Amino acid sequence: MAIRIRKKRLSRSTGGDVLIFFFLGLGAAFMAMPMVYTISQAFKPLNELWLFPPQFFVRNPTLDNFNDLLVLMGKSWVPITRYFFNSLFIVFVGMAGNVLTGSLAAYALAKHVFPGRKAIERIIVLSLMFTPTVTSIPNYLLMSRLKLINTYWAVVIPQWQFTLGLYLMRNFIGAMVHDSLLEAARIDGASELRIYAQIAMPIVKPAWLTLIILVFQNLWRETGALFIYREELKTLPYALSQVAAGGIARAGVSAAITLIMMTVPILIFVINQSKIVETMGTSGMGGE
Amino acid sequence: MSSVVTRRQMVRPGIEYKESLWARIKKSWRSYLFIGPFMFLFAVFTVIPVLLSIVLSFTYFNMLEFPTWIGWSNYIRLFLADEVFLIAVKNTLLFAVITGPLSYMMCFIFAWFINELQPKVRAFLTLLFYAPSISGNVYIIWLTLFSADTYGYINAHLLNLGLIDKPIGWLIEPRWMMSIVIIVSLWMSLGTTFLAFIAGLQGVSPTLYEAGAIDGIKNRWQELWYLTLPAMRTYLMFGAIMSITGSFNAAGNIQALTGPTPTDYATWTVMQHLQDYGSVRYEMGYASAISVVLFLVMLGSQRAVQRMLQKIGN
Repeated sequence: MAIRIRKKRLSRSTGGDVLIFFFLGLGAAFMAMPMVYTISQAFKPLNELWLFPPQFFVRNPTLDNFNDLLVLMGKSWVPITRYFFNSLFIVFVGMAGNVLTGSLAAYALAKHVFPGRKAIERIIVLSLMFTPTVTSIPNYLLMSRLKLINTYWAVVIPQWQFTLGLYLMRNFIGAMVHDSLLEAARIDGASELRIYAQIAMPIVKPAWLTLIILVFQNLWRETGALFIYREELKTLPYALSQVAAGGIARAGVSAAITLIMMTVPILIFVINQSKIVETMGTSGMGGE
Repeated sequence: MSSVVTRRQMVRPGIEYKESLWARIKKSWRSYLFIGPFMFLFAVFTVIPVLLSIVLSFTYFNMLEFPTWIGWSNYIRLFLADEVFLIAVKNTLLFAVITGPLSYMMCFIFAWFINELQPKVRAFLTLLFYAPSISGNVYIIWLTLFSADTYGYINAHLLNLGLIDKPIGWLIEPRWMMSIVIIVSLWMSLGTTFLAFIAGLQGVSPTLYEAGAIDGIKNRWQELWYLTLPAMRTYLMFGAIMSITGSFNAAGNIQALTGPTPTDYATWTVMQHLQDYGSVRYEMGYASAISVVLFLVMLGSQRAVQRMLQKIGN
């Protein structure tokens, strides 16, 4: 058997192995089916898209849908490169700000003791289960009062207080950066900021990557529809959703778009997978 | 010399500890600078909005005039006069009670099974199960699969096999809508919780299992209950929190599947009700009351889950 259960594990029955393979296979098929169908749809020529009964796999793969997408985007008065830049800007500034504010706070929460720390940690854990929908109305009022409507910042800045990132980072620093190392640096006269930047941060690189991918997922699908009304400031997902909304005749194009939109986060995850699992593992989710 | 109070100094029955609160606060100014930027943004974009919601929920506010105080009227209207809200509450709870625990169990069971495999297969399957949750709006493919006409993949094949004689409106007919939406939500629910479980399982020390085998653990089910689950307790807690959030967030995606006006409000959720009053009707006070109720429900469910998880392994 190609896929063999780990050799040296004790207490493993064959019956259990079979059961596990069965459920894993079932689950994998359920998870993969729509993804594969999406990929297949994106490469189907028009006549195959409207075949009856619909075929699961593409027979004569073509790049027509992607070409059509390029042509359609070429016609819009805001060039596609602009939408692309908007998305890129939001994603990068969002990620950078998040890693900075999150890691600064996480360092102090993990390694300092100060009045109010316990309370703050409790609030952070509480906010993990918070749905932004709850605050959408006051947030809109706030953004308009701060004159941030129709700017990138309305989308970017709220991302800088992403508590899941802070939470993971705090646990990771707590587990990976040893107090003795920090003590030694303090005795040598290094400032706290320097210890943070030159000792703690390099150790927790996997945690940055994890934060980056989590924030990327949030921002990559961001349409900005709530706060941004000016066409030239809108994001790629928004532009693409507009193309897809063009109706039933654009089924192929919209499948191509879906494929593009899903490929990017998946690629980023594949590249960083081991680091992300390491962060979540090492951070031990300790504390609460 | 010591510029900040560290954990190490806390352990010693030291001098610092007996200082007055104010002295300790003054001494910790560097720590406050570190948490400052984050906490400031957190206060502005999360704490203040929550408080503002609570205040607004007692007012009538239409965005044009200054809010007027109307006491409990919004809440009274919500629970006594708004039938659609009660439908929304019923749907949201039904949705959350089914998808929350199911997705949580799926996350754990699949993570646990995957963990039994070799590293390369493990990495591939992790990606496969995790992919739907990170792929943005890929779930709209389900619209094609469950399309109401004969071009819908599922309808076409059921017709072909002769199991049905006319296409079923999976996302239009109330008797199917909620089930389909739950299936799709489960499909994309193996997210952060799932990853955390994968990581947590990998972190359980092999010596624990060896010791367990010597102590008379007979099979993998006993191993799971007596060794793995207790060792994973903190991950289980984290996962529970994320699953609750996830199930409430996913309820927002429902709109993309069953449209802005679902038949007979069959999949109308509290989130949609909130958006309806907030961004369509501009009844901000009323919408705020809805969001306060939503907030309290989320708090309550977290408490309940916390209690339940304390029983594991005991």
